Amino acid sequence: MRSAFIRTLLELAETNDRIFLVVGDVGFSVVEPFAERFPKRFLNVGVAEQNMTGVAAGLALCGKVVFTYSIANFPTLRCVEQIRNDVCYHNANVKIVSVGCGLAYGALGVTHHATEDLAIIRVLPNTTVVAPGDPVEAAAATRAVAERPGPCYLRLGRSGEPLVHGPRVEFRIGRAITVRDGDDLCLIATGTMLATAVRVAEQLEREGVRSRVLSMHTVKPLDTEAVLQAARETSAIVTLEEHSIVGGLGSAVAEVLAETNEARGRFKRLGLPPAFTARVGGHEYLKAAYGLSVEGVVGSIEPLLERAKSAR
Amino acid sequence: MTEPLKRMAREPAKTLAKRLRCHVVTMTHRARSSHVGTALSIVDMLAMLYGGVLRVDPREPEWPDRDRFLLSKGHGAAAAYAALAEAGFFPVSDLDGVDASIGSLGHGLAIACGMALAGQRDGRPSRVYVMLSDGECDEGSTWEAALFAPHHHLDNLVAMVDYNKIQSLGRVEDILDLEPLAEKWKSFGWGVREIDGHRIPAIAAALGSVPFEPTRPSCIIAHTVKGKGVSFMEDNLLWHYRPPDDTELEKALAELEAAE
Repeated sequence: MRSAFIRTLLELAETNDRIFLVVGDVGFSVVEPFAERFPKRFLNVGVAEQNMTGVAAGLALCGKVVFTYSIANFPTLRCVEQIRNDVCYHNANVKIVSVGCGLAYGALGVTHHATEDLAIIRVLPNTTVVAPGDPVEAAAATRAVAERPGPCYLRLGRSGEPLVHGPRVEFRIGRAITVRDGDDLCLIATGTMLATAVRVAEQLEREGVRSRVLSMHTVKPLDTEAVLQAARETSAIVTLEEHSIVGGLGSAVAEVLAETNEARGRFKRLGLPPAFTARVGGHEYLKAAYGLSVEGVVGSIEPLLERAKSAR
Repeated sequence: MTEPLKRMAREPAKTLAKRLRCHVVTMTHRARSSHVGTALSIVDMLAMLYGGVLRVDPREPEWPDRDRFLLSKGHGAAAAYAALAEAGFFPVSDLDGVDASIGSLGHGLAIACGMALAGQRDGRPSRVYVMLSDGECDEGSTWEAALFAPHHHLDNLVAMVDYNKIQSLGRVEDILDLEPLAEKWKSFGWGVREIDGHRIPAIAAALGSVPFEPTRPSCIIAHTVKGKGVSFMEDNLLWHYRPPDDTELEKALAELEAAE
């Protein structure tokens, strides 16, 4: 996703001379083409994320469209008050980009696991929160946040994420993409869980369960209509995210469902428990350990389907 | 582009400072708000900035080439609002509506760096002035920005440290000593000048000679007195918190009116 991001940003910067890229001393073998092509619009602030965000706000208040770039929690939690006061309160045109969210930096441990960022950025006023589901969405999302005025958070995977979409996808901020249709079950996935959701749907289909898969790339503003439609038309809704089940996509969907009379089925949030992991291992190992592999998700969904069936 | 300043430049900064002090005590009294002392310590510098140094135009507040002023020590906001009103950005009568101080410390210098960098890279002539408190020199984020500005040769940036030697719970030297403060800024790569932050000619001379060193940002360490101008508020921690009551307001205004 990071190469889709930088490729798109380079294209955008060719025609929009207000675009700035500000990095916190990360991005080796990623950001160099931008730095070489647009040296006057590139800035490495060093290992200083609070300053990175304040400087970005200052640049944005002088008319720039500023992308801040770092990994995991560094461009978000490390400087959350700068995001709140300097960026959000001024409604400044700053796009915060984080690479390697969720458990992507698996073996580097808890410090590098970005598992509360959706919740924390989502709750701040004036923010748009986007977590694209594959490299095609990542490119489209980069374009979309560049064009959208105000603070945006772009939550990316690291690299090598499988393609879910063909080369063209209709991507609009705040509009879920229906990847597969079905009315037994609705899987709502955000970010890096999208590919897993599709594979889960394929496996369930072999068992006769027809699943709708929504790519909920925009966690805020949430596509409430798509959620309500799923609530009306399917027997169960399951959210999937590489993030704590507290405060992220699952919570956002739960908020919608709790306030409607239209939900008729079951609901479950799948994600990470709000706890620090005591396990050490790579990305896929950790995802599996928390039930976020294809098998793990299918295992969690089956009892839900049984209950939904018996309730009918 | 000096035309918009003419209206205020006719008035000596000293007279303006006196009026700003009266506004500050009246506002904090009316709003029952705190931080009157911290607002009074920056008044003379604000009078100089808004009385002739800043290239700003109240008729065109978004003018792209304008100078920027950031009050990083947001708790001194009463003084800044008074200065904006006197400069013609909004009517003095609207000061009635100002009832709160704003700001989290350690944010202003970074934003100022971003603005100065934008000006530098766009080749604009504008300067960015930012007023810091001594207390916010405790914040690590202030020093992140202090490292950044000289590295990027932001000679269009002026940081003014209001060194009134009192922070929230007591004297700076007792809580977290900043000394040697001037040497710290110098060693970070800034051009530094120390002045008496209440002596108008000294303020004018310092602001008139930035950048102090070519290609470097400038830091003015202004030695000030918290609560300056009101005898019973001067150098007294109490006035970080208390608004003046009716009698105190009367006494303060009488003192300020009587002052030279």
